[in-house]
Amino acid sequence: MLHVNSISKTYHSKPALNDISLTVQHGESIGIIGESGSGKSTLGKIILGLDKPDQGEVHFRGNNLHTLNGKALKKLRRQLQIVFQDSAGSLNPKLPVWKSVVEPLENYPDVIPSFLKEVRHNRKKMAEVLFQKVGLSPELLERYPHQLSGGQKQRIAVARGITLEPDLLVCDEPTSSLDVSVQAQVLNLLKKLQKDLNLSFLFISHDIAAVQFMCERIVVLKEGLAVDSFLTEDLFSQSRHPYTKLLVEMSMEQENKIEENQHFYT
Amino acid sequence: MNIQMPRINRVPFFFKNQNLLIQCGIIFFIIITLTTLIGPFIVPNDPLTANMSERLAPPSSAYPLGTDHMGRCIFSRLIVGAQSTLGITALVVATVALIGIPIGLVIGYIGGRLDTVFMRVADGILALPEFILAIAIAGFLGPSLTNLMISIVFVKWIAYTRVVRSIVITERNKDYVQAAKVGGSSNWKIIRRHMFPQIVSPVLVLATLDIGKVILTISSLSYLGLGAQPPAPEWGAMLNDGRPYFQSAPELMIYPGLAIFFVVLAFNLMGEGLRDKWDVKSR
Ligand SMILES: Nc1ncnc2c1ncn2[C@@H]1O[C@H](COP(=O)(O)OP(=O)(O)OP(=O)(O)O)[C@@H](O)[C@H]1O
Ligand SMILES: [Mg+2]
Repeated sequence: MLHVNSISKTYHSKPALNDISLTVQHGESIGIIGESGSGKSTLGKIILGLDKPDQGEVHFRGNNLHTLNGKALKKLRRQLQIVFQDSAGSLNPKLPVWKSVVEPLENYPDVIPSFLKEVRHNRKKMAEVLFQKVGLSPELLERYPHQLSGGQKQRIAVARGITLEPDLLVCDEPTSSLDVSVQAQVLNLLKKLQKDLNLSFLFISHDIAAVQFMCERIVVLKEGLAVDSFLTEDLFSQSRHPYTKLLVEMSMEQENKIEENQHFYT
Repeated sequence: MNIQMPRINRVPFFFKNQNLLIQCGIIFFIIITLTTLIGPFIVPNDPLTANMSERLAPPSSAYPLGTDHMGRCIFSRLIVGAQSTLGITALVVATVALIGIPIGLVIGYIGGRLDTVFMRVADGILALPEFILAIAIAGFLGPSLTNLMISIVFVKWIAYTRVVRSIVITERNKDYVQAAKVGGSSNWKIIRRHMFPQIVSPVLVLATLDIGKVILTISSLSYLGLGAQPPAPEWGAMLNDGRPYFQSAPELMIYPGLAIFFVVLAFNLMGEGLRDKWDVKSR
């Protein structure tokens, strides 16, 4: 479904992505891990057509994403949606949140997502159904972003992401701005939607446990290079790249530290 | 813990309560608007009729504020003059906003070359002092209210473009704009739906504060004889008319001066109040 063909991107003569290739099959979810600044978000932006690569191509359903003109790109984009990391910045502070959620549906009057069949004529009703789908009370429809918690905002961003019933949802660190218990809720929600809607995820994160939970395959980025790529079950295998092992070790240590320190908090 | 930050005291102490500030401004505003709209129908005398036998008469029941050097009713002239001073001001500010806002939205959003070129042009225009420009235009096209308005508009739109542009530039890279793009929204729709609401309050504050400034500009240029022409009752022109009689009949200048003072104060109070209320950064 999605083929990324050796793309490179340089910002101010500093390479952000270097010869990255990856493939996502329909219904499959891929995790991208790597430390801060390794180029994860840049990769996501290029795949969404928000940014152009310096070299290489992105093919989505047989179309070269970066050579398409406005109309064709718009048509393809319907299948490619996003959930951003920062739930506060991804919603317009001056709009009631339900308007942000149904905005994509206004742009694609011909698209009738399966879960919105009965209510497609009514924007407010569609927002209600979408809110329900992400586990939010309809009371929150008229709220503005600043009147909602981080978790609620992120659920709304997820609702907007699935509004058009896309094939691929790019999640750029969808939980890293949330606290731990809410992280788990949002991950469970994403997992459920993945199953219900047969969604593919490109799941960007530096939380290895989250990626493990969500994805079948994992790609490791380091300074713009894809240093490792493997099936999730092989995460702990001896043949992993040393950098992957380091990341795994660091995340384990962090977990242990949290556990060790638990008695301080209770 | 809730720490109360001391507020910088830019307004008189009795207006410290920001809502009070806006309320006072709004009450003034309503009075001014009503005066402007219905005043001309209820004035006791025709503002243009000269009555040489009653020059410089003291206040009386027929002439509430007395008469000027040509025997015209000062009160009537002030009320009718409000219409020209404020009407012109409103027209100027509206025109300036209508020109400045769309330009700011578009060049801020598109950016790049277009933006650079526009801002160069704007800097070029701003290098000319407003007053000198008004005088130059009056010199070329002749002194009249219309030409005065043209010269003000010519310079003022830039302030609006600047404010709008800088807001759009900070907003356009935010995630919600990217999300709207991914959701298939056109650039035009993003400008309308997402950029426009961000600029409304700053522009309203700017416009309210500008009303005061434009009134002063119009009045001072009319005072210099570059704006409203006699015998039209305009506050600045009235000041000018009263100048030769400053020593014998200072009220000829005091009344229009006070009128200008209070109206400018009202709009400034309202602008400051709105600015505080909406937390618009002054620039
Ligand atoms: N618009 C841009 N202009 C200039 N440099 C950029 C831009 N976007 C990203 N970069 C640079 O590219 C590199 C990769 O950035 P990217 O945002 O993709 O990292 P990331 O892996 O998503 O990091 P994080 O985990 O902190 O989100 C960084 O060095 C960053 O400074
Ligand atoms: Mg990132």
